[in-house]
Amino acid sequence: MNDIYEGLVSAFWLVVTLDQDLMQISLRSLQVSLSALVIASVLALPLGTFLAIRRFRYRRLTISLLNALMGLPPVVVGLIVYILLSRSGPFGVFGLLFTPTAMIIAQVIIITPLIASITHQAMRELWAEYHDLLISLNTSNWQRIKTLIWDGRRNLLTASLAGFGRAIGEVGAIMIVGGNIDNATRVLTTAIALETGKGDFALALALGFVLIALAIGINICIHWLSRTEREGRW
Amino acid sequence: MSTILPLTLKDVAVRRRGKRLLGPVDLTLDPDGLTMIIGPNGSGKTTLLRVMHGVERLSTGTATWAVPEEEARHRQSYVFQTPIMLRRTVADNLGYPLRLLNAPRAQVNARVRHWAERIGLADRLSLQATRLSGGEKQKLALARALIRKPDVLFLDEPCANLDGASTRDIESILQTALSEKTRIIMTTHDLGQARRLASDAVFMLHGVVHERGPASRFFGAAQTAELQAFFRGDIIA
Ligand SMILES: Nc1ncnc2c1ncn2[C@@H]1O[C@H](COP(=O)(O)OP(=O)(O)OP(=O)(O)O)[C@@H](O)[C@H]1O
Ligand SMILES: [Mg+2]
Repeated sequence: MNDIYEGLVSAFWLVVTLDQDLMQISLRSLQVSLSALVIASVLALPLGTFLAIRRFRYRRLTISLLNALMGLPPVVVGLIVYILLSRSGPFGVFGLLFTPTAMIIAQVIIITPLIASITHQAMRELWAEYHDLLISLNTSNWQRIKTLIWDGRRNLLTASLAGFGRAIGEVGAIMIVGGNIDNATRVLTTAIALETGKGDFALALALGFVLIALAIGINICIHWLSRTEREGRW
Repeated sequence: MSTILPLTLKDVAVRRRGKRLLGPVDLTLDPDGLTMIIGPNGSGKTTLLRVMHGVERLSTGTATWAVPEEEARHRQSYVFQTPIMLRRTVADNLGYPLRLLNAPRAQVNARVRHWAERIGLADRLSLQATRLSGGEKQKLALARALIRKPDVLFLDEPCANLDGASTRDIESILQTALSEKTRIIMTTHDLGQARRLASDAVFMLHGVVHERGPASRFFGAAQTAELQAFFRGDIIA
């Protein structure tokens, strides 16, 4: 009990004095997850929108696949990426294993199906609402996509934030492909796992605070966005 | 500018899931006036209107305008039975059809202001359209349909659920459009309105045109027993 109390106090000081290790790890976390978010969004937002408005041969199959991928355990994703990137794997020549790039790749694989799926859901509803009007006005495909993306922008942002939340809190996959190397691939979640194992509760807790603050921040954003959606201020 | 009419429906039928919703229908719409489509619920009025507008897939038959399909589509507007509001402001909803055509901004703004005033929403241009009342949404949908100055305007029960004053507003807008040579085809359940506006009328029953004629004969001397019963307010089997 005492350990935890002392841990809390020193964690507090680590945060308010902007401890160098803490800052470095937090920034790396943000860098990896934001990169993954941008890449995943670029892939998933158009994909989800496209799936919502176009009928094509393997549409249902694609959607089922997407939903199945969403349920992939991150650890398994980590394992697969590890095998692909390891020295003897097909992409071994690039030497990406145990680099932040490998972690970004793993996170992109984890969150792309999630963002695409939420996007698809939201865009499908909007398309059902708009369908008759946009057909009647003789809109081109491109005009339809532009209209849907613009009018559904809040839902799309919510989808992206959900992806970011999943990425920043993920530990299994990036532990495997990043290796949790000090000054190279150590991020908030993997550092917490390590410090807790070592019994250094102060650093672990301080890292936990930052992670929680980020998670709460994201949730406030999502909440605020869905509120402004109802009131329609932007 | 030459008119896109007449519209000719030939042997048109619409089937969905093995059920015949419409047809066979043969019908020609002449260049002028207001055609009123009446009939009981589920008789196929909306389906017929959508067929004419070209947004319903035909199972058999053809619908042809006097000009090529592509051109005809650009010169007609449609107001749906339940108004569809874009999740945008009143001004952006009104201007949307013009912006699709890349109309200059000044022209869009001028027309938006004109129509907002006409439907009494000039003070709510920056309000989200989804927050308007049901009647305001119907007026907005009508104004949005007219903002491109279409040759042909389709209206599916534009005055359903409206009070007397709003109904008068809408009828007055329609009269103006008629006097500017807009061809109107609409449905209604309000027989008074049908009499006030129609130059000719179509009675739909069980997916077919049961009776059709110029307004004077249609309302004054209905030929079929079913239409006479419909006017009396009887329930038609
Ligand atoms: N996709 C569909 N599949 C099966 N039945 C349909 C479909 N679309 C419409 N219907 C049916 O077609 C019939 C005609 O519908 P329609 O909307 O044209 O009637 P309406 O005359 O406009 O009725 P109302 O006065 O209630 O608006 C209805 O019985 C409706 O249930
Ligand atoms: Mg109808």
